[in-house]
Amino acid sequence: MSAPAMPGKVAGIMPLRSEPFGLRHYLICLKGVVLRECLRFLHQRERFISSLVRPLVWLFIFAAGFRQVLGVSIIPPYKTYVLYEVYITPGLCGMILLFSGMQSSLSMVYDREMGNMRILLVSPFPRWFLLVSKMLAGVAVSIVQVYAFLIVAWLWGVKAPPLGYLYVLPALFLSGMMLCALGMLLSSLIKQLENFAGIMNFVIFPGYFASPALYPLWRIQEASPLLYKICLCNPFTYAVELIRFAFYGQIEWLSLGVVAGCTLLFLGGAIIAYDPSRGLVIRKQDMGGNA
Amino acid sequence: MQHMRTSGPGDEVAALDVRAVSHSYGQKRALNDVSFSIAPATFTVLLGLNGAGKTTLFSLISHLYDTRHGSIRIFSHDIRRASGEALRRVGIVFQARTLDLDLSVYQNLSYHASLHGIGGREARQRIAALLETVDMQGRQHDKARSLSGGQMRRIEIARALLHRPSLLLLDEATVGLDIESRAGILATIRKLVQAEGIGVLWATHLIDEVEDADHVVILRRGDLVASGKVSDVIRANGGSSIRETFSKLSRVDAAGMTETLP
Repeated sequence: MSAPAMPGKVAGIMPLRSEPFGLRHYLICLKGVVLRECLRFLHQRERFISSLVRPLVWLFIFAAGFRQVLGVSIIPPYKTYVLYEVYITPGLCGMILLFSGMQSSLSMVYDREMGNMRILLVSPFPRWFLLVSKMLAGVAVSIVQVYAFLIVAWLWGVKAPPLGYLYVLPALFLSGMMLCALGMLLSSLIKQLENFAGIMNFVIFPGYFASPALYPLWRIQEASPLLYKICLCNPFTYAVELIRFAFYGQIEWLSLGVVAGCTLLFLGGAIIAYDPSRGLVIRKQDMGGNA
Repeated sequence: MQHMRTSGPGDEVAALDVRAVSHSYGQKRALNDVSFSIAPATFTVLLGLNGAGKTTLFSLISHLYDTRHGSIRIFSHDIRRASGEALRRVGIVFQARTLDLDLSVYQNLSYHASLHGIGGREARQRIAALLETVDMQGRQHDKARSLSGGQMRRIEIARALLHRPSLLLLDEATVGLDIESRAGILATIRKLVQAEGIGVLWATHLIDEVEDADHVVILRRGDLVASGKVSDVIRANGGSSIRETFSKLSRVDAAGMTETLP
């Protein structure tokens, strides 16, 4: 690089006393974080396609095969018998949110390894706000994926009540927040990208299968009381039920409470984990601290 | 404890004031009771061999790590108690590349602007001006992945300047670059000090990046061994050049081993 001519006052410097950040600045920051996440998502077309293909495989193949095997009796919120495809659609929405939440955790580990995370963490905005922004960005991307799936499912003939597509939005948002917060918390515990496979085996698969996403809880209770109890301890169970009821314009209050509570719990854990006095320092210490 | 002031009149607000800072990774001590301050509008070189504690110090100043022992103030704002105010005044170029390779130059810079609450037309104007400053005008739509190492560094410098910091921290900013790129980046930063009055802390292990008019802070294995104007440091240590002085000060006493300069 040749030393370029400095074209006059290029930067200026910040005065010793500056205006505190107002709401406008916070919104600019939030918008920037969400936009970056969306741009990254758009640049990674494979990620979008795989996020769409995964639930569609379950819907087109798994559900078609199991339709005759698994009968779904009339259970709330359904007022009549429903096709198995209809039953598992909320679970598949939850699956997209679950995978997307873990994907955002993966991207945080990647960002940390690549150094991009530092740019976020040295922002002058409060750490909690940056993490919430990052979480909202992940939820926005998740919800886009869920609606893309619902459009394809609708074309396939798996339809919810028309207004259900609107009613379900808050449920998707809250469930997405919970799963992104969980992903964020897990990302603070993962030292290396390679360790992410453990998340697949110990979080995603058990979380998904030990829930009413694929089969009603009463059937699980009949098959294994222990598994039923495990399902009741699984936050993902409540996310799926919250989404299921929301499709029919109903609120499942227990699920709402559990999902909201877990969101706060996981987010609080992530904020503590990313506190400079804990998360990064502890990892650095573990790595031997190459100064 | 060694507390050394690199420059500036006594009652001037220091751009950076590091006092009695220590940091350990488990049992391993990375910084040991380090104190120094740097005045605004000065170019200060943080010299030290690999493992001297430069990156740890940067991580503490940028609040990536918590300062548990000692204090760090940026224009009198304590990094622990008023981290937001302190970080608003600091621009940082990290040793590792931190551009998002999937995004364009403009998108990378715009993202950083938003992280400092700068958006819209103001962000666009600042980005355009800074790309010109770092000689990268017309490249805003290029993917970061397509840039060379030197070009990435220039973009990172532009990014660090976007929010108009009063203090610029650069950690081994020229590592891995060819001689021409190194000289260009160094010249750009030195001009910023003169033209804009920005204080600069330039961490390096390359002694030939130090000029006679600079200030230096020399670390050895976590200890601050010298600080001040280059001429004062040379005189105080009985050397004839900064290279010789640095070599002498970097010598590891234990087991009679001597580390060699790059």
